[in-house]
Amino acid sequence: MLRVAAVAKTFVLHLQGGVPIPVLEDVSFSVAAGECLALSGPSGAGKSTLLRMLYGNYRADSGHIRVWHDGDWLDIAAADPRAVLAARARTLGYVSQFLRVVPRVAALDIVAEAGGGDRDAAAKLLHRLNIPPRLHGLPPATFSGGEQQRVNLARGFIARRPVLLLDEPTASLDAENRDIVIGMIHEAKARGAAIVGIFHDAAVRDAVATRLYPVTPLQDAYDRDHSDQCHAGAAA
Amino acid sequence: MADDTLLAARGLSLAFGRVQALAGVDADLWPGEVLAIVGESGSGKTTLLDVLSGRLRPDAGVAWYRDPDGALHDVHAMPQPKLRALHRSDWGFVRQNPRDALRLGVTAGGNVGERLMAQGNRHYGGIRDVAENWLHRVEIDTARMDDLPRTFSGGMLQRLQIARTLVTHPRLVFMDEPIGGLDVSVQARLLDLIRTLVAQLGIAVVLVTHDLSVARLLAHRIMVMQRGRVVESGLTDQVLDDPHHPYTQLLVSSVLQA
Ligand SMILES: Nc1ncnc2c1ncn2[C@@H]1O[C@H](COP(=O)(O)OP(=O)(O)OP(=O)(O)O)[C@@H](O)[C@H]1O
Ligand SMILES: Nc1ncnc2c1ncn2[C@@H]1O[C@H](COP(=O)(O)OP(=O)(O)OP(=O)(O)O)[C@@H](O)[C@H]1O
Ligand SMILES: [Mg+2]
Ligand SMILES: [Mg+2]
Repeated sequence: MLRVAAVAKTFVLHLQGGVPIPVLEDVSFSVAAGECLALSGPSGAGKSTLLRMLYGNYRADSGHIRVWHDGDWLDIAAADPRAVLAARARTLGYVSQFLRVVPRVAALDIVAEAGGGDRDAAAKLLHRLNIPPRLHGLPPATFSGGEQQRVNLARGFIARRPVLLLDEPTASLDAENRDIVIGMIHEAKARGAAIVGIFHDAAVRDAVATRLYPVTPLQDAYDRDHSDQCHAGAAA
Repeated sequence: MADDTLLAARGLSLAFGRVQALAGVDADLWPGEVLAIVGESGSGKTTLLDVLSGRLRPDAGVAWYRDPDGALHDVHAMPQPKLRALHRSDWGFVRQNPRDALRLGVTAGGNVGERLMAQGNRHYGGIRDVAENWLHRVEIDTARMDDLPRTFSGGMLQRLQIARTLVTHPRLVFMDEPIGGLDVSVQARLLDLIRTLVAQLGIAVVLVTHDLSVARLLAHRIMVMQRGRVVESGLTDQVLDDPHHPYTQLLVSSVLQA
């Protein structure tokens, strides 16, 4: 469903004098239907960056991100904007860590819109995620962090996309809601979704992941190499 | 241009005296797509809109429009009457200042109905019903139908302009800062309205805005302009979240959250 080959990413911060920040190098993996690959690694290693690249939100400097889309492989790293939007509309689902609210749009409509207009299914899923009906008609701007995240999850899961990208989907949830989300991830795997996720919570990761992919911090290696050079003279 | 492009421009350049307002601009627009043009004041956004819509003639370059029958038209080679007919039917224009587009001596309902009549519709009763329905769609109390626009607030005037523009179901609408100059609270409502109508009607839009959050909410693709040139373009969220060009990074970093 997903084949990542030799992907690299360096941010160049032009406002800070053009410093390059290498984040990812030679990232390669495949994810089959029904699998859940967990990206692991310390904070700042580049896990979210990688997930965003799979969704086409960040650009890859090199390499290929091939997604099985409409019966063919589409390279997200090289696809034109309209092809990326088509892949998002039918193949790729992404649950970001925080909900980006659209002014004036009610929670139910946000979810229904993602689910092809099915308001009953949207209400059911919100209900399953313990969002009470009195909140369904309100825009989530005033919701708590955990409520917003559950609206976000409902939006990500309703369309039953073949590929699901999850960035810390349970980070702001209590134990009960966390278990509901674990259940939803299990069901997605069972229906054949290929999942790539970041799960800080070890219990969640152990419950859902079929494999781990370690993302190693390049920046640390870079700093270490350079400080070694700096200190070389002093040590000698 | 590709077989299904609605509007395509290549190498558009235009100078006003020593000011190079446009320098070699390329653009493509597909049916139903919203393209945002962002950039600092004076970067050439309005000039580009005026050139694309045939209001201004470029010094160099060409803009093509594909009509519903699939025929291509060089926008700047079209005879004036034909271009005017296009502006009355297939195309729409939403100006930043609604007073520039509305007829202030004509009632709200008349402003909407007029566009229909200009298109050749002569069924007055039907026109009144359609106008009323459109006032309702843009959330203007239909009891205000026979009032003159001069009694309307800025936000109402802008909604009236949108009704007047969309009533003929154009395929392509040019918008120049459609929510600029309005209260923040009024902006959110207008933005939601534009978002909903554009999606419902499947209209293609070229949207000029200096507000990146407006571009993020409405546009599929974005073009960043600086001194008459397009310095970066692509998928809206990609350009805003992972900007590559120094100028785009500056634009994105100058706003709190877009
Ligand atoms: N849009 C961006 N522009 C510049 N640098 C960025 C951008 N996004 C991420 N980075 C940098 O890339 C590096 C990796 O960040 P990322 O968010 O991917 O880490 P992470 O592994 O998800 O960390 P965490 O576990 O804390 O969420 C960081 O140094 C970060 O500052
Ligand atoms: N009719 C004109 N005569 C002379 N100069 C003009 C004319 N129209 C535009 N210009 C100049 O061309 C440049 C681009 O102007 P334009 O109106 O396209 O900018 P803009 O990006 O729309 O800016 P803003 O965000 O302030 O509306 C500016 O330097 C402007 O002064
Ligand atoms: Mg992260
Ligand atoms: Mg302008």
